[in-house]
Amino acid sequence: MVDDRDIQAGLDRAFLALADPVRRAIVARLSRGPATVTELAEPHAISTQAVSRHIQVLELAGLVTRSRDAQRRPVHLAPAALAELTAWIDEHRLAHERRFRALDAVLTATRTPPTITPGTHPAEQEEP
Amino acid sequence: MSNPVHIDAPEGVPFIEIRREFDAPVAAVMNAHRDPDLVRQWLGPDGYEMAVDTWDCRSGGSYAYVHTDPAGALFGFRGSFHTVRDDFIVQTFEFDGWPDVVSLETLTLTALDDERCALRIWSTYPTVEARDGMVSSGMEHGLTQGYAKLDGLLA
Repeated sequence: MVDDRDIQAGLDRAFLALADPVRRAIVARLSRGPATVTELAEPHAISTQAVSRHIQVLELAGLVTRSRDAQRRPVHLAPAALAELTAWIDEHRLAHERRFRALDAVLTATRTPPTITPGTHPAEQEEP
Repeated sequence: MSNPVHIDAPEGVPFIEIRREFDAPVAAVMNAHRDPDLVRQWLGPDGYEMAVDTWDCRSGGSYAYVHTDPAGALFGFRGSFHTVRDDFIVQTFEFDGWPDVVSLETLTLTALDDERCALRIWSTYPTVEARDGMVSSGMEHGLTQGYAKLDGLLA
């Protein structure tokens, strides 16, 4: 049983952990599968030591987990971060939902079948 | 009840597939893609202004438009319509925030009956990294949203 203060502290750590763009990029990369510190450092113009520190912050926030042999063993995304990832997928889907529902509305408003202008290529001039 | 959107972005390949059904015939859905006045009404996030500079939706044509978000930030998009037929569009797509990362989008419409059709968009990116970069930027957006949610919880 955790009390409110523990929840607050956890949220606080996650809040600070995700405030940094490099750490958000690391979480985004881990969403596609585990990676070593070296692999995580590759896209960024910062040292592996700096990346290690970022991973430490993410670890303290409960967003990633890693084995004891930190340099060679892969870093994994933790369930808390997976929840964020799910939220992102929903967000992505939601953006398309909105767009397609707006298209639905346009289609409802334009019920008369359109006349199609043929394309510019002769092959597209269809015989009626 | 709205039709569900299916999005598939398999790991390790530079493709994204989007599928969705519409309660309208193929001709009507295609018209909503070809007529700039109609496109303006649906191709853009809620609360964004959409200014269409060019929308010549036919084989060999091109397009360019700008979204303005509520804060006034501009997002420009442009591309070419390579092939346009009554149920088929092949076009390039480029976001000006990611110059030279051009994706190739194939849109097909399939009649399900006289009043319904299925839309499928197949996007190919130059590299897996380019596709994942796009996904990551979405991810970043999602995390920023999550961050905003945390902010609300902490307030």
